[in-house]
Amino acid sequence: MPYKGNHMERLIRGASKINIQENIVYFAFVIVVIFFIFTLGDRFLSVVNILNIARQTAIISIMAVAMTFVIASGQIDLSVGSIAALSSLVVALCLRETDSLVLSVLVGLFVGTLIGATNGLLATKVGVPAFLVTLGMMGIAKGLAMWITNTMAVPIMDKDYNVIFGLGTVAGIPILLIWTAVVLIAGVFVMHQTPFGKKILAVGGNETGARYSGINVERVKMLAMCLTGAAAAFAGILYAGRMQAGRFTFGEGDELTVIAAVVLGGTNLYGGTARVVGAVVGSLLIGVINNGLIILGLSVSQQIIVRGMIVILAAALGLSARKR
Amino acid sequence: MTHQTLELEGMSKSFGGVKALDDVDFDLVEGEVHALVGGNGAGKSTLMKILTGVYQADAGVIKVADKVGAIRNPTDAMKNGIRMVYQELSLIPYLTVAENIFLNYEPMRRGTIDKAQIVSKTKALLDELGIDLTPDQKIVDLSVGYCQLVEIAKALSAQASILVFDEPTASLTSSEVDKLFELIRLLKSRGVSIVYISHRMKEIFDISDRITVLKDGRKVMTAKTEDLDIGAVIDAMIGKAAERNFEWTPRDVPVGDEVRLEVENLSGKILSDVSFSLNAGEVLGIAGLIGSGRTELLEILFGLRKASGGRLRIKGKDVQIASIKDAIGENIALVPEDRRRKGLALIHSVKDNILIASLNKVTKNGLLQNKKAVEIVEQSVSEHSIKTGSIDTIVGMLSGGNQQKVLLSKWLNTHPDILLLNEPTAGVDIASKAEIINFVRKLSLGGTSAILVSSEIAELLAVCDRILVLNDGRVVRSLKRDAIQSEEEIQHAIQG
Ligand SMILES: Nc1ncnc2c1ncn2[C@@H]1O[C@H](COP(=O)(O)OP(=O)(O)OP(=O)(O)O)[C@@H](O)[C@H]1O
Ligand SMILES: [Mg+2]
Repeated sequence: MPYKGNHMERLIRGASKINIQENIVYFAFVIVVIFFIFTLGDRFLSVVNILNIARQTAIISIMAVAMTFVIASGQIDLSVGSIAALSSLVVALCLRETDSLVLSVLVGLFVGTLIGATNGLLATKVGVPAFLVTLGMMGIAKGLAMWITNTMAVPIMDKDYNVIFGLGTVAGIPILLIWTAVVLIAGVFVMHQTPFGKKILAVGGNETGARYSGINVERVKMLAMCLTGAAAAFAGILYAGRMQAGRFTFGEGDELTVIAAVVLGGTNLYGGTARVVGAVVGSLLIGVINNGLIILGLSVSQQIIVRGMIVILAAALGLSARKR
Repeated sequence: MTHQTLELEGMSKSFGGVKALDDVDFDLVEGEVHALVGGNGAGKSTLMKILTGVYQADAGVIKVADKVGAIRNPTDAMKNGIRMVYQELSLIPYLTVAENIFLNYEPMRRGTIDKAQIVSKTKALLDELGIDLTPDQKIVDLSVGYCQLVEIAKALSAQASILVFDEPTASLTSSEVDKLFELIRLLKSRGVSIVYISHRMKEIFDISDRITVLKDGRKVMTAKTEDLDIGAVIDAMIGKAAERNFEWTPRDVPVGDEVRLEVENLSGKILSDVSFSLNAGEVLGIAGLIGSGRTELLEILFGLRKASGGRLRIKGKDVQIASIKDAIGENIALVPEDRRRKGLALIHSVKDNILIASLNKVTKNGLLQNKKAVEIVEQSVSEHSIKTGSIDTIVGMLSGGNQQKVLLSKWLNTHPDILLLNEPTAGVDIASKAEIINFVRKLSLGGTSAILVSSEIAELLAVCDRILVLNDGRVVRSLKRDAIQSEEEIQHAIQG
């Protein structure tokens, strides 16, 4: 059948056109998974372990989706980890005082968004570079988190809360995974189906050009910062649900893992391109590496070294394509 | 016998699936000006970038002074005395004029850069070229015309034996071109060989000794300029009897009665006391030298710069245009002069670039309508014959002229009431220039008012209903089209 032949041909040609280097994260992911399957067998490839990885990476993935918007717009947000910590405590305190699940979650999200908006305002209206603003905010949010409870953890007794935001499963699927999917789908949708996504890319691709095109550059950048603020707050809510407590140490160091996931995913660190799905796969890749190395029995110090090498390797392979 | 300084034989080069050059021969004799012409995307810049080592040819031999294979990278090219004025301006925005000119060639003194020498040498160079800039001005603050002059100065600062000019005059006016030509003649007499790329036929015939025509990556002909006329060159370039001259044709629909824009006593950094009005469907041309305030005028009207005095009225209402948002609110659009800095996101696709200024037209209930978007973009691509692999091709990969057409499409799709055009045909080939001019006419017949800034008087004369001549920020002449007899008349007024 000639038609079928043509179709095949097109498929093959299409496949050979996929740029390996630009999609390095998918290849890296597959290679790393295969490697662990062969070396670890069932200890890696069991339902329990896979769900475990999914649960552990969910929170990073959610922040990575929002971070993709910030990085694509030519900015960076270093305050996400601290915002997560602060929000976990705010939610825990609010639950203790009001017993209202909905209210507490909304307050948590509000605090995160407000911090994001503050970041955005300082970066756009005052003109302090986003890197510095959010670096400062990272300290401020962390300090606040430590201050409000005097560094004490706040336990959460609300069973419903802990189920919905941490421990529950729906049809056997961990609820954290479902939250990740929801955020991922929303992220892909907003980036590719709405004018806002196009504006993000335009601002990151050529800020002056975007301004000349009538795009309110300040507003777009500010909204992107609000997104990471809100996503980080949501991450804090999930940390609190998983650990059944709010605590200032949650999210420590997450900002760098999140940024690494986004860049591994194929988003240009200097803005103008966005790979939302790639960011989540990047986060999974980091999660799988962490998990596999632990099962392999590497010591913590060895784990950190190997992880660092893999991140650099993957990023280097991806970058050499984009430089051309 | 004349001495051959350069021979390119059988040059071929492909980018992905696009064959940019196909078995092209080109040679250069000592002390000659060899013009390279061809439509947008014909391969002119690619050929010259191979010569300067920016690209490597897939096949072919480069001989410089009879040495084969001397050029493998830009450093080799420089060692061989080859310098190029690139079509895409390559200056570093946050460095000064002097720092740019001596970038990578800084004279040293006791281990540090000799700043005083850089400044004094730059000053001498600028004076020699008659460029009214100071060495310590930053590139970001300069308009495109000045940037082009700095690029030229930069190429001339080195003792080159082969100089390549890739559309050096795309946004220069004739008096600046004259100065450049004086210099080229001087260099020529010293034995420097020059490749000159331009879409302006008049310049080609003024300055060149030989002409090579490229078409779709192939060489069509090389001949002595004295044996050719403009018609023959254009025929070889386009291969069909295309519209080649712009000529004024009377309008089918007269200019409307409604006064759309009134400018009263407008003053700014350069402008002083400028007044005029623009009716519905009228095309107003602005002529003047670089630095005469043309760009400032457009940028004030688009909210990019503040006026220091004066009033604006749109459709009879007093308005303040303090920001781009205000301007767009009044349905004003500006096609900026610098497509790389202000116009396009080079890493994005043709489609995304064309749509970014009119997203609202392809949005329904907050969602992008992809089908509609593709339709609009494909129409623009065919309407302006943009040469691109697909609408998803990255704009940075298109030839200069095609990038310009993308920029134009982006703004024309916003369907403005008042369209401000700053050198809209810079770098565009002859056939497309005529198309663009006709397009502006078509819009004006439909009621769009336009203000057109152009360095090419012929272009202004082809489409403008009225022409204002600016000199040093003042309106020195305001002429109705019917009252203008010749290009020289405007030329005189421009010089003041
Ligand atoms: N870096 C690149 N990547 C992919 N394609 C390219 C690249 N540079 C040039 N091309 C393609 O090669 C062809 C020739 O381009 P080139 O820039 O040489 O044209 P040109 O004759 O200089 O045109 P113009 O008059 O518009 O400047 C075009 O089809 C262009 O799209
Ligand atoms: Mg070119």
